[in-house]
Amino acid sequence: MTTLETGTDSHRPNSYRSGPDERGRFGIHGGRFVAETLMPNILELERAYEAAKKDPAFHAELAEWFKDYVGRPSPLYLAGRLSEHLGGARVYFKRDELNHTGAHKINNTVGQILLARRMGKKRIIAETGAGQHGVATATVAARFGLECIVYMGERDIERQKPNVFRMRLLGAEVRPVGSGSRTLKDAMNEALRDWVTNVGDTFYIIGSVAGPHPYPAMVRDFQSIIGREAREQIQEKEGRLPDLLVAAVGGGSNAMGLFHPFLDDPGVRIVAVEAAGDGIGTGRHAAAMTAGSPGVLHGARSYLLQDGDGQVIEPHSISAGLDYPGIGPEHSWLKDVGRIEVASATDEEALEAFGLCSRLEGILPALEPCHALAQVIRLAPEMGKDEIVIMNLCGRGDKDVATVADRMGVVL
Amino acid sequence: MSRIERRFTELRRAGRAGLVTYLCGGDPDADTFDAILRGLPRAGADVIEIGMPFSDPMADGPTIQAGNLRALAAGMTLARVLETVRRFRARDETTPIVLMGYYNPIHRYGRIRFLDDAVAAGVDGLIVVDLPPEEDEELCLPALERGLNFIRLATPTTDDARLPAVLANTSGFVYYVSITGITGAAAPVVQQVDAAVARLKRHTDLPVAVGFGIREPAQAAAIARHADAAVVGSALVEIVAAHAGGSSALIEAVHAKVAELAQAVGGAREA
Repeated sequence: MTTLETGTDSHRPNSYRSGPDERGRFGIHGGRFVAETLMPNILELERAYEAAKKDPAFHAELAEWFKDYVGRPSPLYLAGRLSEHLGGARVYFKRDELNHTGAHKINNTVGQILLARRMGKKRIIAETGAGQHGVATATVAARFGLECIVYMGERDIERQKPNVFRMRLLGAEVRPVGSGSRTLKDAMNEALRDWVTNVGDTFYIIGSVAGPHPYPAMVRDFQSIIGREAREQIQEKEGRLPDLLVAAVGGGSNAMGLFHPFLDDPGVRIVAVEAAGDGIGTGRHAAAMTAGSPGVLHGARSYLLQDGDGQVIEPHSISAGLDYPGIGPEHSWLKDVGRIEVASATDEEALEAFGLCSRLEGILPALEPCHALAQVIRLAPEMGKDEIVIMNLCGRGDKDVATVADRMGVVL
Repeated sequence: MSRIERRFTELRRAGRAGLVTYLCGGDPDADTFDAILRGLPRAGADVIEIGMPFSDPMADGPTIQAGNLRALAAGMTLARVLETVRRFRARDETTPIVLMGYYNPIHRYGRIRFLDDAVAAGVDGLIVVDLPPEEDEELCLPALERGLNFIRLATPTTDDARLPAVLANTSGFVYYVSITGITGAAAPVVQQVDAAVARLKRHTDLPVAVGFGIREPAQAAAIARHADAAVVGSALVEIVAAHAGGSSALIEAVHAKVAELAQAVGGAREA
């Protein structure tokens, strides 16, 4: 029997890109910790996804939707003034904020809705935190003519009103979730409750590399278009691979999308940035890998913010998209085996990065990638001018304007 | 033979179905819960399920979610649930106790330490909602090695192809979830449940208990005509919720409801 309680796995694999195993495990992380009612659905989804992966027609269809509907490839942009300001490495932004709906989330929802259609599902459910995944789900559900219900915590509804209205304009029903901390984790609980109740006709589009197997692998596969493009683009522009990749992690889908195609390139340093909220020491943060321990929530084992009795601790971040107490299991494994480094940035640091990026580059970034940018601001000056950084600019900041104004004491 | 197996053997001999009650451990507070628990066998509970409180009970409806949160707010922990069982066991040697809940608190406690402590406290069986057979090595197999019953949920979505896998390491009894949904939601359709119980019995000799959505004595009696036991949870937790603060009235009200249900279940096959 495996030693499940150990938090680290010193075994070095031949490839960092071959996971998960047939049980959906990445080291000790991952798995399928769900109620029996859902198991047949999970297994059906796994079979359908495996079949789709082997079907060239599915890949061709996905590529077409990426190109003409999402607007891919997204540019790889040399943030020249920022690089100059920081005085070190050349910093590139992978511009996934230019996608349709303004974030990387649509890469995954397009993929999953094509799968839902193949499986003949009629009803789409989703959870959302910042509302970006909800909007991306409502968007594809509208386009494919499927009923769509989005679960969203009452607190998130309050701080992301424009996205709530966008979802409604797209014909989705937004169901407020008033249980627990009334944020993303509770929205996911409620979506799972819906799925248990409506198993036959419902497809659950999970928005991150989290949840039971096969979701973490499937969402990663759809999002890894980010890293595949970035790899080609940087070789075109610079003739070589980057020295450093940086991305923000809540559940971890934008980061995994960028990182995965580079995992087996030993020269590429990789840093995932968690939300430190008011500061790790205050306990008010969302940094599961920095300050959590392995636990089981929402269908998988992974690092989790929990108390000594295994109760989930309510996370905090200024960014609703990072306000989640867990992290995708593949990230946890990559941390355990030492392939990725984990850093964190506070609300305050993210806001400073927001201001800097807006003024120097003419880009209002979403508060989520501002956490990654805060880390770039720390690392780039220490690097040589011939070194290259790619940061995933995974969402645009329009949705966060009210939050930023509020923090600046500005009444709009 | 475990206490659970002995209890179902007795029920079979007596020609009647059993009543399984669920309450959330430590709801609304530890002392009131102890008093409720102590009186359950006399009120007519044949098997007692105690919920292990969890912050994120994903398969439960609003009633049991609220029960979990009340218990946590009152300071309940997994260790205290085990103490509660130990106190009960000192007075009652025969009524089976099943702990029901989610995996994370057990995972955090340390799964082997938990199993050993549960056996020592006098726990007879476990129901862990988010541990399907695919994850048996986590807790199910070590629990069976220690003589604990591991009771699995079978659901309307568990088809004939999957049923053998679900039943393989199940012991004590099988818990048939009568609806696709969360606890305390829609009422089950009796004819469908009867057919499902018959299907289960083609696959196993284990007793079949039916739960989720059973609220009233008449419903429980209808279920008990074919099933070996009826499980009632949300309807009891609602009584706790209705008596905020905990009181002797609360304790009496729970026991009165259990007595009503027990009478209906016990007499179901005479009608």
